[in-house]
Amino acid sequence: MQHSTIAAIATAPGQGGIAVVRLSGPESYLVAERVFTPANPKKTVAGAKGYTALFGRFCQAGECFDEGVALFFRAPHSYTGEDVVELSCHGGDAVARRLVEACIQAGAAPAGPGEYTRRALLNGKLSLTQAEAVMDLISAGGRQGAALANAALSGALARKIEARRQALTALQAHLTAWVDFPEEDVPALEQDHLKEELTAAAEELDGLIAGYGAGAVLREGVDCAIVGRPNAGKSTLLNLLAGFDRAIVTPVAGTTRDVVEQSVQLGEIRLNLFDTAGLRQTEDPIEAEGIRRSWRKLEEAGLILAVFDGAEDLSDEDRELARRCAGRPALALINKEDKPPRLDPAEIAPCFQKVISVSCKEESSRPLIEQGVSELLGTNRVDPHAASLSGQRQLAAAVRARDALREALSAIEMGFGLDAISVCMDDALAALCDLTGENASEAVINEVFERFCVGK
Amino acid sequence: MIQLGEYDVIVIGAGHAGIEAAHAAAVLGAKTAVFTMSLDAVGNMPCNPSIGGTAKGTLVREVDALGGLMGLAADATYLQSRMLNRGKGPAVHALRVQTDRKRYHMYMKHALERTPGLAIHQAEITDILVEQGRVAGVVTQLHGVYKAKCVVIATGTNLGGKIFVGDAWYASGPDGMHASTALTESLKAAGLPLRRFKTGTPARVHRRSIDFDKLERQPGDPDDQLQPFSFMTDAPMHNRVECWVAYTNPETHKIILDNIHRSPLYGGMIEGVGPRYCPSIEDKVVRFAGKDRHPLFVEPCGEDTEEMYLQGASSSLPEDVQNAFYHSIRGFEHLEIMRPAYAIEYDCVDPTSLEPTLESKIVRGLYGAGQFNGTSGYEEAAAQGLLAGLNAARNALGLSQLVLPRQSSYLGTLVDDLVTKGVMDPYRMMTSRSEYRLTLRQDNADQRLTPIGREYGLVGEDRWEKYQHTQALLEAERRRLQESHLKTEPLREAMVAAGLTPAQQGGVAAELLRRPEISYPLVAGIIGWGEGITPLLAERLETEIKYAGYIARQDRMIHEVARQEKTLIPADFDYQGLTGLTLEAREKLAQIRPRNLGQAGRVPGVSPSDIAQLSIALAAARAQQAKKEESPRD
Repeated sequence: MQHSTIAAIATAPGQGGIAVVRLSGPESYLVAERVFTPANPKKTVAGAKGYTALFGRFCQAGECFDEGVALFFRAPHSYTGEDVVELSCHGGDAVARRLVEACIQAGAAPAGPGEYTRRALLNGKLSLTQAEAVMDLISAGGRQGAALANAALSGALARKIEARRQALTALQAHLTAWVDFPEEDVPALEQDHLKEELTAAAEELDGLIAGYGAGAVLREGVDCAIVGRPNAGKSTLLNLLAGFDRAIVTPVAGTTRDVVEQSVQLGEIRLNLFDTAGLRQTEDPIEAEGIRRSWRKLEEAGLILAVFDGAEDLSDEDRELARRCAGRPALALINKEDKPPRLDPAEIAPCFQKVISVSCKEESSRPLIEQGVSELLGTNRVDPHAASLSGQRQLAAAVRARDALREALSAIEMGFGLDAISVCMDDALAALCDLTGENASEAVINEVFERFCVGK
Repeated sequence: MIQLGEYDVIVIGAGHAGIEAAHAAAVLGAKTAVFTMSLDAVGNMPCNPSIGGTAKGTLVREVDALGGLMGLAADATYLQSRMLNRGKGPAVHALRVQTDRKRYHMYMKHALERTPGLAIHQAEITDILVEQGRVAGVVTQLHGVYKAKCVVIATGTNLGGKIFVGDAWYASGPDGMHASTALTESLKAAGLPLRRFKTGTPARVHRRSIDFDKLERQPGDPDDQLQPFSFMTDAPMHNRVECWVAYTNPETHKIILDNIHRSPLYGGMIEGVGPRYCPSIEDKVVRFAGKDRHPLFVEPCGEDTEEMYLQGASSSLPEDVQNAFYHSIRGFEHLEIMRPAYAIEYDCVDPTSLEPTLESKIVRGLYGAGQFNGTSGYEEAAAQGLLAGLNAARNALGLSQLVLPRQSSYLGTLVDDLVTKGVMDPYRMMTSRSEYRLTLRQDNADQRLTPIGREYGLVGEDRWEKYQHTQALLEAERRRLQESHLKTEPLREAMVAAGLTPAQQGGVAAELLRRPEISYPLVAGIIGWGEGITPLLAERLETEIKYAGYIARQDRMIHEVARQEKTLIPADFDYQGLTGLTLEAREKLAQIRPRNLGQAGRVPGVSPSDIAQLSIALAAARAQQAKKEESPRD
């Protein structure tokens, strides 16, 4: 059976030790190969047998963001009866979501409601009773999904998409009238106007796609790692943010040995906080493991709060930390503002997107941190009433529309005929209509007859 | 009543649909009869004297590729030929010819007469005989009974025809044919869901009354660029006539608006729904008040007549108003109308009551084609006629039916639209109706359909041989273009000579042809024309190469759709049990009864989640079926 390869998070939403992203379809192994690199260089995804597992790293666009295990199933011996790869990454919505995004970039399609089960049934993996139960579920889920999609679309996004869809429909109708009624005096479409409209639509979609990240942070929160060398004040910061003594805070270096998880609301954003073991060289194997985990948290976090002791000189460990924060969504907090300053912020500033001085013991530092985080994540620029995409389905449709528009623009650049351009526009319109739920082809044809005086 | 004959297939009507239906059925070896109210009206063109145009030209090539007659007739009787949309991209190139309408009629009448196994009768059919839900024969107005296993209805605007001019109206078909009203009652009694549609035609005027000096000339293409419709036509072509363009003006529009209340369209006398793409002049003036002129095309009706056709000026206004507004047009000051413009209303069937084979779901063995199915246009009619005739013959002979998938052809798209979505107004084929238009081009219709025509018995030895020969030529040339290398200097020289910015360096011919500015003739000027490669074939090769990326993209879509179409839905599938579907989706599906999951997804009002559930229910039903078969003694 020749059809698409789908990807979705298979585990329940929310915090858990691990999350599983499941790929199913003929290209599962191909997609997995693009997002998963086995730790053992002798092993390959393509060569993996069914019912085996590999340990390795998950990557997106060449950047590795987590490590975990891939479980392989070969058709027909899998849940769906197709080639299946299950990717187990670390728990937390953000990581799993990023992994799904990576899979979609690598060629998978987001799974529709009940699609795994549907495939399982079609491939004879479920009994009739099971199938009927599933149908009820899909029916409920489909309704709910439709209601949710409508709700999501009822506001600003719907207006924005609808305006673009109408503009494109008008262009397409013009092209159609011009092509299908060559003898009528339908004016040729100005190429500059066409390019302008296509570019404007593509740029608006770019904005929506870029805003998806910040919007997702607002809706779903962000995984936040608190890092810093021992006794810099990480746990004090956690307590400041959480509002009660969550972590053990003692002046003895190395008391926090494990990643401590805590969800706190910082302004509009939910931070899933991970306090981490102080980063230093240690002989203690338990502490060493804690430190290893701290570094990993830093790699995969959506936000890093790096705490430095402002009353001490910059240590080698601090420099190492700063180096690791470079290019990451990291905020440097120079703690112990109340003590005489010895650390020079200018030395670490190039590695961070933002540096602020705080005193983690003081409640008054909280709004400063809140503002810094909001600026760093771009959530201060998100107007909650402005248009934003929600969910993988909408994101995928927007990306599809944007890519088709870019393809149309490149066809114009290369001097292709308007027939090729209009086919790309068809695709873009179909993707936008997926968002608004209207049939693209009918919309274009109706518009032709409303706007152009054509016919014998 | 006396039984006068017995046939496998009877075709009612010998217009563009009836001709192809009768011809196809007879070629397949079915004992066939075609009935027409007048043998002098076989293949009549009651509207514009032309064949082809955008999307329609592709339909003609498809009919030809399948072994039909229309392309051959157009090639034999054209007066002027033009390729429309040159410069708008190869996917939308469209061949259109002006035709000598009398010669076209004679050609078609003769073609039917020479078809072995085809009986031709002049008689009006007043009744269809139905026995236990299946058609059994027809009755003529002379009370003659002809039995038949299958019947094709191709009645055009004659069925319940009613002509309107101003406040005058009378029951009539086009060009003085009388209306067939008895048959309407018989079809209604058989349970067919009939409805009223409307169309119109402009005036025919005398050539000597037109001041051509005041009109724009519209010549055909140069003789050396002319292309035939038929893949079988090799004779050199020659344009014989010119057409002209006139324009309405504000004075014309004022006369029409001042008298609009005298139009039956606006007076509420006409109940039929008119085609949106073919508005009458009064419609254009009312709906597009901002436009200060509309073009009218002046086209000769033939070489042995002085009658001229005024394309773009169809009307149902009274004769005195027609005279007044035509006379207000520059060049038409002294216009003599020979046949006034009129609107015509007629009966047709709701096409969602048809299978994609064009067989009625209500009366088995009964097929419909052309205007009866809710379409408009000679080409749309011919294409359906061919499919209906072929399937009627195969039905009568006990052979499997042909369903052309949407992605195979404009014909397949047309039929899928008709039977899946239904029509609100007379349906015209347009390029934008096909999402696969880069693949479904007029130049490759033979490649897409001739093998199917061969498999289903319509394509004869000569056409099959020529097709295979052409395929071999194309294949050899594709190879040669892959293997030929163009040196930098000759390429740059040729490009400069052609007024192009020269390329940096030479390369493999097939690679160079991917660039929009490099044409096959330019490349052939250096490496020579391929053996047997005509300009038409050259264009096809060039399009294949230039559009390879876009075509591959459509191929992927086609593949995905074809997969969904493999999941078949039993004809008696019970949708009422699917309580998860919306009521609307259930009702629509039960009415349309799609044949497969792909078609089900295109039914209006059916959502992707409905389809997901339907596919599960289908799999469940199959599983149950399999279980039953395992234990037959249950």
